[in-house]
Amino acid sequence: MEGPVLRAQGLAKEFRGFRAVDGVDLDIAEGSVHALVGPNGAGKTTLFNLLTGFLKPSAGRILLGERDLTGRRPEQVARLGVARSFQITSLFPQMTPREHVELALAGATGLTWRFWRSHRLLDRFGDRAAELLDQVGLAAHAEIPAGNLAYGHKRALELALALALDPRVLLLDEPTAGMGVEDIDRTVELVRKVRAGRTVVMVEHNMSVVSSLADRVTVLQSGRVLVEGPYAEIRHDPRVISAYLGDPHAED
Amino acid sequence: MLQQAFNGLVGGAFYALLALGLAVIFGMLGVVNFAHGAFYMLGAFGSYVLLDSFGVNFWVALVVVPVVLGVAGTLLERLFIRRLSPLDPLYNFLFTFGLALVLQDLVKREYGVQSQPYPRPELLSGTVDLGLFTYPAYQVFVLALSLVVCVVVWLVLTRTRVGMIVRAATERPELTRSLGIDVGRWVTPVFGFGIALAGLAGVLAAPMRAVNPLMGADLIITVFAVVVIGGLGSIFGSVAAGFAIGLVSALGNLYVPALSQTLVFILMAVVLLWRPAGLFGREESPS
Repeated sequence: MEGPVLRAQGLAKEFRGFRAVDGVDLDIAEGSVHALVGPNGAGKTTLFNLLTGFLKPSAGRILLGERDLTGRRPEQVARLGVARSFQITSLFPQMTPREHVELALAGATGLTWRFWRSHRLLDRFGDRAAELLDQVGLAAHAEIPAGNLAYGHKRALELALALALDPRVLLLDEPTAGMGVEDIDRTVELVRKVRAGRTVVMVEHNMSVVSSLADRVTVLQSGRVLVEGPYAEIRHDPRVISAYLGDPHAED
Repeated sequence: MLQQAFNGLVGGAFYALLALGLAVIFGMLGVVNFAHGAFYMLGAFGSYVLLDSFGVNFWVALVVVPVVLGVAGTLLERLFIRRLSPLDPLYNFLFTFGLALVLQDLVKREYGVQSQPYPRPELLSGTVDLGLFTYPAYQVFVLALSLVVCVVVWLVLTRTRVGMIVRAATERPELTRSLGIDVGRWVTPVFGFGIALAGLAGVLAAPMRAVNPLMGADLIITVFAVVVIGGLGSIFGSVAAGFAIGLVSALGNLYVPALSQTLVFILMAVVLLWRPAGLFGREESPS
């Protein structure tokens, strides 16, 4: 592991007097899987929206390597190498998985201006699209409208979309939310597979997922960093236990 | 009855053109454009003024008026709508609603409330024998041109890259942006295009409907119902519902004339009860 690839410095977001994110410093090490945990309302999703440009910070800076991302628009952030998934499944119901991935590939390459020969141009992405769908286990479902996919497959497709951007940093917003045990196991495997060569930041509630994937964990509470460290350390931290995990014996 | 059905389709062509513009604007900008009817009215008045004051004929107006209104639409988006869109959506509702009233009253001040005459273009002044009945050539032209426009828009949306982006941005703006696609770049042209469609509908309406300042306000209420029935933001739904509503209200007019004004809204209520997202709308469900 090397130096930080993504950094937040004194990041804050205020909504009409309410500080949802209140001076967060974050160093995400290159190549690591970094989990953001915390009780509801801790500011995790707001922090995600700040990191990906969907919200403009009230204060603070965001750096990707040497590059300042502060105040950039979501599409710019995405093209510079920070891709995200959404907490609520967000797909185009009538488009097939293959079309989704091709759209993402087109977006990533900035070819969106040359529109008249679109389908011929899109064919160039065909192989790469097939590869990505295969990677997330959707090869057999490539031609089914996304609206008809099973829930686990929808989430896998979202992952493929983020991967299509070939991001340096992959932000996953609750990748296992609403999943049954089998889908969770599959997702954990998937994240393990796709983390190679990149950095993953994930918001996750499921502690067994965090423990099996995350190198480092940042615990947020009321918009601030409560504690940060490897999972093995933070899980015994009394502050974390009282803030988030509740009764320590309930978790084991 | 067949003839009445044909009337319905012609009426539906106007609904479809207007609803199509409203749907792309709503989808892309999240703005319910209450001024859409006013731009339809301006389209009709534009062609009237061109003919009356400058002797410019229908065919030129058919091209010039939508282009001019489309450009006006892009300016409107750049200068006002864009600045209001970070605020509560209500600001843009109020803005476009106010704009509709202002445009209406400006026209009223110049030309009064009575209807202005606009002759049919000479080329289309006759009738066409459709086999079962003869029909005014102009109405056939209106229906054909609207169908062509809707089909062309459909092809652009489904077969080209720009269409793919517009559809994607219409349905899921946030996801589209997170894929690295600059949605903002397409917002202005799409808004202008929607306005141009309203202008085109207005030019087409001039020779067959009363050209007066309130013609847009009268029509747009029904068009909103059409958009809701088709499914808010659904491009295909708004066009299909436009023609369908035209047909239904024409036939309703024939069989239950007492209900002719309310039939559309009864239909809207029924559709909403049955499918809250509209016929072709997407249901917002957690999965």
